[in-house]
Amino acid sequence: MDRKPKPGNPLDLVQIQAKLERGARKRLWRGLEELAGTPEYRDYLESEFPHDPRVKDNGINRRDILKLMGASAALAGLTACTKLPEEKIVPYAQQQPENFIPGKPLFYATAMPLAGYATGVLVESHMGRPTKVEGNPTHPASLGAAHVFAQASVLTLYDPDRAQVVVYNGRIGSWSAFLTSIEQYRADLLIRKGAGLRILTGTVTSPALADQMQSVLAQFPLAKWHQYEPCGRDSVREGAKLAFGEDANAVYHFDQAEVVVSLDADFLCAGPGAVRYAHDFSEKRRVTGPQSSMNRLYVVESTPTNTGAMADHRLPQRAGDVEAFARALAESLGVHSGATGNGIPLRVPADWIPALSRDLVAHRGASIIIAGEQQPPAVHALAHLMNDWLGNAGKTVIYTAPVEANPVNGRDSLRQLVADIDAGQVDTLMILGVNPVYNAPADLHFGEKLLKMRMRMRLGLYEDETSELCHWRIPEAHYLESWGDARAYDGTISIIQPLISPLYDGKSVHEILAVLGGLAGVSGHDIIRDYWRKQKAGADFEQFWQKSLNDGVVEGSALPAKSVKVQAAISASPAKAARAEGGRMEIVLRPDPTVWDGSFSNNGWLQELPKPLTKLTWDNAALVSPATALKLGVTNGDVVKLHGSGPEVKAPIWIAPGHADDSITLHLGYGRRRTGHVGTGVGSNAYLLATTDRPWITYVDVQKTGATHQLVTTQHHHIMGKEGAQVEEESVAARQRSLVRVATLEEFRKDPNFAREEGDENAPSMYPGFKYDGNAWGMAVDLNSCIGCNACVVACQSENNIPVVGKDQVSRGREMQWIRVDTYFEGGLRNPQTYNEVVLCMHCENAPCEYVCPVGATVHSPEGLNEMIYNRCVGTRYCSNNCPYKVRRFNFELFADWETPSLKPLRNPDVTVRSRGVMEKCTYCVQRINSAKITAEKEDRELHDGEILTACQQTCPTQAIVFGNINDPRSRVAKLKAQSRNYGLLTDLNTRPRTTYLAKLRNPNPEIKE
Amino acid sequence: MSPEGFERTPAIEAGTPVLAPGHTYATITDKISAIVLLQKTKRGWWLGFAIAFCLFMLLNLALGTILMIGVGTFGINIPIGWGFDIVNFVWWIGIGHAGTLISAFLLLMRQAWRQSINRFAEAMTLFAVACAGMFPLLHMGRPWLFYWLLPYPDTMGTWPQFRSPLVWDVFAVSTYATISLLFWFVGLIPDLATLRDRSRNSAVKVIYGILAIGWRGSAKHWHRYDMAYLLLAGLATPLVVSVHTVVSFDFTTAIIPGWHSTIFPPYFVAGAIYSGFAMVVTLAIPLRKFYGLEDFVTMRHLDNMAKILLATGCIVAYGYLMETFMAFYSGSTYERYMIMNRMTGPYAPAYWALIGCNIVIPLCTLWSSKIRRNVTALFLISLVVQTGMWLERFVIVVTSLHRDFLPSSWGMYYPTVWDWTLFLGTIGLFFSLFFLFIRFLPMISIFEMRGLVHEEAEKK
Repeated sequence: MDRKPKPGNPLDLVQIQAKLERGARKRLWRGLEELAGTPEYRDYLESEFPHDPRVKDNGINRRDILKLMGASAALAGLTACTKLPEEKIVPYAQQQPENFIPGKPLFYATAMPLAGYATGVLVESHMGRPTKVEGNPTHPASLGAAHVFAQASVLTLYDPDRAQVVVYNGRIGSWSAFLTSIEQYRADLLIRKGAGLRILTGTVTSPALADQMQSVLAQFPLAKWHQYEPCGRDSVREGAKLAFGEDANAVYHFDQAEVVVSLDADFLCAGPGAVRYAHDFSEKRRVTGPQSSMNRLYVVESTPTNTGAMADHRLPQRAGDVEAFARALAESLGVHSGATGNGIPLRVPADWIPALSRDLVAHRGASIIIAGEQQPPAVHALAHLMNDWLGNAGKTVIYTAPVEANPVNGRDSLRQLVADIDAGQVDTLMILGVNPVYNAPADLHFGEKLLKMRMRMRLGLYEDETSELCHWRIPEAHYLESWGDARAYDGTISIIQPLISPLYDGKSVHEILAVLGGLAGVSGHDIIRDYWRKQKAGADFEQFWQKSLNDGVVEGSALPAKSVKVQAAISASPAKAARAEGGRMEIVLRPDPTVWDGSFSNNGWLQELPKPLTKLTWDNAALVSPATALKLGVTNGDVVKLHGSGPEVKAPIWIAPGHADDSITLHLGYGRRRTGHVGTGVGSNAYLLATTDRPWITYVDVQKTGATHQLVTTQHHHIMGKEGAQVEEESVAARQRSLVRVATLEEFRKDPNFAREEGDENAPSMYPGFKYDGNAWGMAVDLNSCIGCNACVVACQSENNIPVVGKDQVSRGREMQWIRVDTYFEGGLRNPQTYNEVVLCMHCENAPCEYVCPVGATVHSPEGLNEMIYNRCVGTRYCSNNCPYKVRRFNFELFADWETPSLKPLRNPDVTVRSRGVMEKCTYCVQRINSAKITAEKEDRELHDGEILTACQQTCPTQAIVFGNINDPRSRVAKLKAQSRNYGLLTDLNTRPRTTYLAKLRNPNPEIKE
Repeated sequence: MSPEGFERTPAIEAGTPVLAPGHTYATITDKISAIVLLQKTKRGWWLGFAIAFCLFMLLNLALGTILMIGVGTFGINIPIGWGFDIVNFVWWIGIGHAGTLISAFLLLMRQAWRQSINRFAEAMTLFAVACAGMFPLLHMGRPWLFYWLLPYPDTMGTWPQFRSPLVWDVFAVSTYATISLLFWFVGLIPDLATLRDRSRNSAVKVIYGILAIGWRGSAKHWHRYDMAYLLLAGLATPLVVSVHTVVSFDFTTAIIPGWHSTIFPPYFVAGAIYSGFAMVVTLAIPLRKFYGLEDFVTMRHLDNMAKILLATGCIVAYGYLMETFMAFYSGSTYERYMIMNRMTGPYAPAYWALIGCNIVIPLCTLWSSKIRRNVTALFLISLVVQTGMWLERFVIVVTSLHRDFLPSSWGMYYPTVWDWTLFLGTIGLFFSLFFLFIRFLPMISIFEMRGLVHEEAEKK
């Protein structure tokens, strides 16, 4: 039968035939519709894989995180079609890897690079799957603790939204095609001596990478290497140059400092050495009795931070005024700093600076003045000057050679690159890791410039804003998938070893550079090992290599101290001129405490992690002081337009008590236009306000838009408008209920029992209490050490398979974290005392949750744990209602992702994944307790104190959380609980909590009246 | 208050009958059975049933959604683990109480005036319990495991946890539902036989015949019947007090300020009767009007019920007063904060609306006999009381939970569309059942009304 094809007939066989013949590489096709690429087939594809960004390119509704994450199962499923390598498989029965016992985790040492700097970690691996990151006790930047980013990095590894395939010109390509293309390109480039080639990386501390780069640049002498780190340490570096005339890296020894002055530095929670610094700092605040002493912390800052919350004296100052403060302090100390002030009237209480300088002088050689990474170089230089003058240099502040392999000013480097592009000198750009289209200062218009190049290549973890504009996109291997090396804040080198082979055939920077250098096919392992073999030539290399891998550090690789000489005068920074810009408001751009520079914006754990102090989740906000909000006529959630020199940015207001007046803080890392389902479109992009000259502190016009945006917090939800009143009311109630017990060191010495209150004693009972013959687990949290850094929260989430619920559910008050950091304010809104208090299950002796459960799903264990039996729970939520601490969390819906294949290996196999309708809560990591008990029993011995570390305790940088057997009077926890500062929350209810707190102490300078 | 008080107090003109004069056995039987058998279905009935049925369909939609997605469809969260689900449960259970009180308690007290209202009051109880029973099931995270709350022989040897008031609830409510059903059905048997005998349609005859389980009206039958009915009344009477006492234990045994209170059991029972009688009034007034039953449900009935409203309203008001007093007298920070938060916090409008609906409006008006005998006013007041009692449960459940001990965990509760849908749906279920009841069963007990004629005649 002759059927005339209708116009627009989807099946044009001639065309299909031509297509098939054209296709050089082998292709497998499923049907004619697919080949023809008909609209019907596209529709079919779309309906099959509705959220596959490669099918559909339109907007994604981030509210449906869970659904989308479920849908991305389809995306991950596609990769299952890749061909498996033809290799012989040897069953474990014959050749079992060493130490490998199925069901038992193994721990491997590696290091997590963040902004180039390494933090040593131990990674728990179950049957070859990394599941949990912990700190590496032998690594100087970790000492066993890990920051939130390290804790959450394992989720990024398994993120189904990661870049998964090589893409060429917007189509799926292949690694071999890339190799072929580079081979051709290399031949051409060799002739040109590398002219036109630029390589852009982030900050590089890796010796092996630097070595590779050198050899590439030797082959292509006209090529150039640029480094740009969006939240890097350019100011720090420039400051050192300003002070010493040479680049120097400062390593601070907080464990030897009696007086610490922070000039807008959040040194406890941000920066390459933060984890170590927090540890050392808290060592000087550890109080065992009235005879103990404490250090004293002064903080001058614009944005309220955790460091500010720890301060004994905190002074809110606009970020732009910190320099004037530093100069005034230097002057008061008698340091000649060049310019005297910069003409800004300081809003500092009269007794502050003289008292501070007397305190500093009294502690010569035992004090530290540290400047924040967002402060201009002059402030850093002034800090160096003062440290030098106070004799701290060489004692509490050690100078070393720079940690970076090739220290450059990233912004200048990027500016140079853009200038070269404008000059037409660049035709090929390899972007390795960094995402400049998103995070380059707005005045560079990097996205537009990028398009001018003939060939653009990108190695990236995600298909992001930069990838989108590149011809070749290579999926990057996660640090848990690749070999590498990196230096820590003090120069200590760690070898980064992979825990798993790349999930999506990702490549490391080393491998890409090897290809460019003509060494295609050399594995990451060989590159690193060969480099180190060159460095440590000799017969004992194998021993060195094994030891370095095992320990996670290269022994003795910390940079040696070097002496530096300060220069006489430091001229005022150009920021002075900017202050004159009448009517414009200062805005401070800072890396976000949870998503950093945006590299973690697709990480659900971090997006949902309540930000310190504000408790905001899933958004960044323009933080302002209550007085400024009043002046601007705005309240929480009001969207304002911020207009600097570049594009306008709209951001919702959030009132932060203690913020400097006439200043706004907007955290970086949000407003991602393109990343995975989790992070796309969340928040406002603060990079648009940054310029190369003013990357951190700039000035904007603020304009109300009249629109509002729902901001979601985990503490005092929904109470908008009367925020001040609410903070007040909560704090009054918290004070009345003695939730946070605080005294000054002096008061404590006078009355060591100040934390004891009426109602603390156990009330009499008609019934006999529980008897514990063996272990009785308990916990003590030292509020004097806790800095509220959130590491415990993410560690718990990772250890206990806690689901992410999304912004909408958090707005309904259904966040699932088992451990939380409560924040209370005391004093006026302008500069309140801020207290962080970690709250987890109290494991009450008289647990109100236990007797109300109708099915006995929560019961008391013989060791005093309050246990949850998930399969018995029917979900009446009565236990949660009756929990005075509200530490129970309920699966209101199916929150756990049971679908996405790539998230399955992430789970801790020792912990049940909870289903819908089930209550859950902190278990004191019962899986760890039982595993240790089994080990001890097998070895026929008692458990040692400290053998069981709960996940929160393990990762706590300040060791504020101590867990153990309270039946054993020699255990650390029993000793802490015996201290006079020990108290329980709401003990007047006679719940007899097993988790208790050690009261907070402050050490204010008696000369400063506040 | 002595029950005789109703008979003896001349609050209403002496001699106002509980049955209008001039009725004989035959007129009563004719009049009541005709509603079921002879009269055409009224247009108003169709309209009312249609609305109720639509709401009932909404209930099915809500049920499907909640079972499919989970209790996350409700507005509940941490800290407010219970919301509309428990509010509605307590409210519906409370409403049921009036029916039991009228049928059992007043029967034992030989209150003749109960006889014309007990049938539909019992039906109301049954349907209210059906609505109430749905909520504890649906509020569970995993409702399909509801039977774990029952003590059944389980191969795992697990039992419910008997210290939990939720287990007591299971016993209390299931007993209540069983007794209410039996009591209602037993009370219906003689009338079902009447309908069987009078119906002309053979299919209808068969159905009523089956339901009448062979009732022939022999003296033996009547003897046994009286005994059974009295026994059931004896069983049901303690339930009037016990069920809501147990329900109040759900709150009192918890340590939450605003829940942990010894006053709850009597105060809950009084509240239950208060709302239940309000519901009986709400139902009686339109029924007697539309079906011309003014002769049977007289002003005397309405007046008596209004007096009960007044009495229980006073008890409830006393409860509120004592709760507030104790909060301050106890010296407990938490209690004091709780009561201040109720009065001035974010849910203060609900609290003051509750005071207005439960105390100010009824207690300022019902003292007047004029208002008590004004049918429209009484109808409106009964609606106000029901709203007030619903608000009371809302205030108890939600405001106590939303700000308890740790200020960091304070939260807010906003009911979602599914909370409302489920609530409206149960109202739909209730009225659908009620409309079916008045169409297919005698809404007033025929044989008991005949007894009343006999009593009246003897009095003369």
